[in-house]
Amino acid sequence: MGILVQIEHVDGQVADGAHELLAMARSLGGTVEALVCAKDATTVAAIADELDADTVVAVADAVLADYVPAAYLTCLAQAMEDRAPDLVLLSYSTAGIDLAGGVALKSGREMVCYATAIERDGAVLTVKSQVYSGKLTASTTLPLPGIVVVMPGAIKAPERAGGSAPVEELVVDLSVSQSIRHVENLLPDSDGIDLTKAERIVCVGRALGGTDKLPLAEALAVKLGAEIAGSRPVIDAGWLPRARQVGKSGTKVKPKLYLMAGVSGAPEHLEGMQDSDLIIALNSDEQAPIFRKAHYGAVCDMFEVLPALTEKLG
Amino acid sequence: MKITVILRLEPVLTEELELTNDARDVDREWIGLDMNQFDDQALEQAILIKEQTGAEVVAIAIEDEGTDRMLKTALARGADTARLIPMDEYDVESRSSRAMAPIYAMAIRELEPDMVLVGVLSNADIYGELAPYLAAHLGWPQASAISQVTLGTGQVTLRQEYAGGRSARLALQLPAIAGLQTAAQPPRYVAGSKLRDLLKVQIPELNIEAVPGADLAEATTLALPDMSGAAEMIDGDAQEIANAIHALLEEKGFV
Ligand SMILES: Cc1cc2nc3c(=O)[nH]c(=O)nc-3n(C[C@H](O)[C@H](O)[C@H](O)COP(=O)(O)OP(=O)(O)OC[C@H]3O[C@@H](n4cnc5c(N)ncnc54)[C@H](O)[C@@H]3O)c2cc1C
Ligand SMILES: Nc1ncnc2c1ncn2[C@@H]1O[C@H](COP(=O)(O)O)[C@@H](O)[C@H]1O
Repeated sequence: MGILVQIEHVDGQVADGAHELLAMARSLGGTVEALVCAKDATTVAAIADELDADTVVAVADAVLADYVPAAYLTCLAQAMEDRAPDLVLLSYSTAGIDLAGGVALKSGREMVCYATAIERDGAVLTVKSQVYSGKLTASTTLPLPGIVVVMPGAIKAPERAGGSAPVEELVVDLSVSQSIRHVENLLPDSDGIDLTKAERIVCVGRALGGTDKLPLAEALAVKLGAEIAGSRPVIDAGWLPRARQVGKSGTKVKPKLYLMAGVSGAPEHLEGMQDSDLIIALNSDEQAPIFRKAHYGAVCDMFEVLPALTEKLG
Repeated sequence: MKITVILRLEPVLTEELELTNDARDVDREWIGLDMNQFDDQALEQAILIKEQTGAEVVAIAIEDEGTDRMLKTALARGADTARLIPMDEYDVESRSSRAMAPIYAMAIRELEPDMVLVGVLSNADIYGELAPYLAAHLGWPQASAISQVTLGTGQVTLRQEYAGGRSARLALQLPAIAGLQTAAQPPRYVAGSKLRDLLKVQIPELNIEAVPGADLAEATTLALPDMSGAAEMIDGDAQEIANAIHALLEEKGFV
């Protein structure tokens, strides 16, 4: 079985998700080819050195200095045509969302997303996925050739194996006017807060409902000496500043204590906090997916428990 | 300038989910359906662009129980027009993005917008997301996980988000598609009276022949998650729960 793995990197720094995909590909057996798109051959070589693959298929072009959906789509489509892999693996990331559907349609392949595990039985794969924001699991039979989009953190990548895989250049014509142009990179807003350094975090979710109830969580955070954080909807609504967002598009944290209230535990939130040492979750829905990841949970009204706990802490 | 916003209904996830007997889908008989939260953001972003630039906003949805009300909400929020794509529910095996994409693509060809805005994902889309599929059908540029949209002449500038709070600005040639994550402002509130005024309004249908594409729906079964290794649950009333968490924090050395 031939497996082609899309490698994501930022300025030559390989994403954790890429190592996880390679580990998953290895676990399935067969030959593993890594597709690296980068601005020049030097960057490709540096990235290739980090990858546990049998072959590195590389496109080096100045256009690929930054992630540009249309250009990366062209590269992946051509790599798939050229290498005819049985299976293509991508991460559930912004690029994964952008690229997977396009190449699936173009190549007429079946595709399954949000995979947490893949089992192989000859030419048939069974893919386990998370759906409905993690409230249900799905089991799908995927005929090959196919495409699977894998959840970050689905598998633990081993210590960097390093690699000596030969690099084979793939020539892709990216000179034709591309319909998408990269304008500029924007740095994360910091507001002077670095959640990654916080040892204790109190995180509130959409259930907070507005800033009027925020003091309930803040009072608890003060008593615990914790930083306050929020899920994406809390940040989007402007109840807390962007630097306090935990999750896929926010900060990835690993505190000693993560006490969360009114957060459902969608995969995109879990991605940012699931490695915390002690996770305590308050949620009014007993089916909330967070209860599968938390160490301790209580089905309750956060607006009753938060003040009671604050008071108990004296 | 014309913007088409795609609106989809999906199960309300704070309610209990039950499965159909064959475990191929959630039981839609009793479950509440609501506008996809990211489509809601896409709608808000479209209305904001309309207010800034005078662009015309058309909201579309594929017929389902409750779509009529959803489209009227879009009108109440400020969409110029709403169009319903007729669909016989007995004809659809799956409403996945992959199956529905050809239908939306036909609607887009009919409406000829400069820009299509749709939510970055829908919570049941195990076979991939709508924006990239739509882009592949139409041959238009697309970018997902978008949190800013600036519509100009011949091009749109999008802010695309990545892991760790990083983001970039991309310029796409029009016509283009964006998978919206977040609008520049939270979705606005619509007064019930405004909705009531629209009760008698007939939402016009788009005259297209809706033929779903293929996905893998037959091969997928759903299950409630395995709860082994899940949280140790603390029972009791609010005070008892607070006491138990306090004891736990003491035991672990946090207080
Ligand atoms: C590309 C992408 C990136 C994303 N990045 C992130 C990210 O970085 N971070 C992030 O958080 N999300 C992210 N999301 C969004 C994610 O999919 C979810 O929408 C989000 O995490 C949900 O936030 P929530 O749990 O606060 O809200 P909801 O899912 O609405 O959950 C609210 C919860 O509160 C509970 N509740 C209600 N009332 C009470 C009460 N009185 N007491 C106790 N509990 C109550 C409900 O049962 C429910 O479980 C991303 C999504 C996408 C597509
Ligand atoms: N929607 C947004 N939410 C949060 N931060 C933003 C947003 N848009 C821009 N920024 C940040 O604001 C700063 C200036 O943005 P700009 O002036 O638009 O280039 C940059 O650091 C961006 O990361």
